[in-house]
Amino acid sequence: MLPLSGERKNAKGIISDKINSIDTLRGSSTVKRGFAHMLKNGVVMDVTTVEQAQIAEEAGAVSVMVLDKLPSEVRKAGGVARTASIRIIEEIMDSVTIPVMAKCRIGHVNEALVLQETDVDMIDESEVLTPADELRHIWKWDFTTPVVNGARSLAEALRRIEEGASMIRTKGEPGTGNVAEAIKHIKKVNDELRTIKSIYDSGDNQDLVRMAREFKVSYDIVEQTAKFGRLPVVNFAAGGIATPADAAYLMSLGCDGIFVGSGIFNSDDAKERARAIVLATTFWNESDKVKEAQKMIDERQSMIGLDVNTLELRMQDRGGSA
Amino acid sequence: MTLKLGVLAIQGDVAENVSSLENSVSELNQDATVNVVKTPEEIAELDGLIIPGGESTTIGQLSLVNGSLKEIKQKVESGMPVLGICAGMVLLANNASDKVVGKIEQPLFDFLDVDLERNSFGRQRESFEANISLDSIGISNFNGVFIRAPTITTISNDIEVLAKLNEKIIAIKKGNIIGTSFHPELTEDLAIHKYFVNLVKDTKN
Repeated sequence: MLPLSGERKNAKGIISDKINSIDTLRGSSTVKRGFAHMLKNGVVMDVTTVEQAQIAEEAGAVSVMVLDKLPSEVRKAGGVARTASIRIIEEIMDSVTIPVMAKCRIGHVNEALVLQETDVDMIDESEVLTPADELRHIWKWDFTTPVVNGARSLAEALRRIEEGASMIRTKGEPGTGNVAEAIKHIKKVNDELRTIKSIYDSGDNQDLVRMAREFKVSYDIVEQTAKFGRLPVVNFAAGGIATPADAAYLMSLGCDGIFVGSGIFNSDDAKERARAIVLATTFWNESDKVKEAQKMIDERQSMIGLDVNTLELRMQDRGGSA
Repeated sequence: MTLKLGVLAIQGDVAENVSSLENSVSELNQDATVNVVKTPEEIAELDGLIIPGGESTTIGQLSLVNGSLKEIKQKVESGMPVLGICAGMVLLANNASDKVVGKIEQPLFDFLDVDLERNSFGRQRESFEANISLDSIGISNFNGVFIRAPTITTISNDIEVLAKLNEKIIAIKKGNIIGTSFHPELTEDLAIHKYFVNLVKDTKN
């Protein structure tokens, strides 16, 4: 059974339809959140070409995310980063059997609509691209295609879920090859979940409503999240993951899966590294297997990492206060 | 007699199947253990296995890596009941082709002689819920959740069709092997998981 906390049954993205004479319902929370549940314990890989997408599929990725540039290249290039070329997204959709995702700018409703019409399997409203609206994210209940959002805290995650996000990825700092921020944020979300669960268990409703006001979300979603002590949608880790050991550590912190951005296709041993990260994610709790996976990669070929403290552009801050 | 039930925990929606199985054995008052299983040793202990939804290419490749694919094949061939859901059903087949990409090479168990089509209703935007019936096993009015679902177009004579959606086959049974295109673990209805628990019980007796 799927957690359906916060579900909106009259959402515009829900479509009553027929397949021949049979009544069907598309875009419901069960169908959208359910899609994310099928990705669990898997690795979603950022790709920019058909060739990379095929390497990802062969390595055992559960999905690919199509970008125009990898996050590290976006960082170098500067300027405005927008959604990828539709032609390339379509080429990739025609050449792999696993689901294909693509990113749109935060708040850019029509970029997201274009991706929905392209029939991508999931839309990522992402801080890696330049935000189109600093104050508002997309109202995702209007979409039949599920949308994933980034979050650095429980408050951000719940705000995105109230807007209709079907999946969360805790943000790291994209394009750095530095996993520190991803670790910090998943630990923060876990801490906050433990806090609201203990408030719920103590029966102190007044303190729960205080949390709801602090988080800027409804009491209902805080109460339902607190009751189960976990987010009502699947939560992956993302940002700065570069090695099998990085992936295994994030899985051990309770993430449902991993997004890998620049870490694979910015390294000089992409094929082995893609496979190694999948192996470490699947067998994260068997240290001999993680060691074998780590042995498949060469640290001298890892992407050169960046110190998060000296960055001029902190992608994780984008859209965070909204 | 304690039934040992397991859910293959390589990739996919494992926890949801564990919870459906736990609720089923409790409602049936059946003495049983429910575990997530990953290694050949854990699989060897089982009386019944669920292969959950997820990505069939990922689950297939990775169960090949640690030898669990081989162990499952032996156990099921010697009679252990298995329920393959969505990606799990793809893995039960002897071949799979994608609606758009066409014929694909991926590790499969090769239990069912069928023509199976992946992503048969289209991509995620076409995923849906629909009311379905599996009349021959007494399950009706079941909310089928189809997520980038596969279907079966043709089957060999030894396979029983449990349900169809229009002309497409969405649930099958061949002795101890059951496959569904849809996800019973994403709904509250335990009918299919209970049916599976009873099949495991009858097989063990």
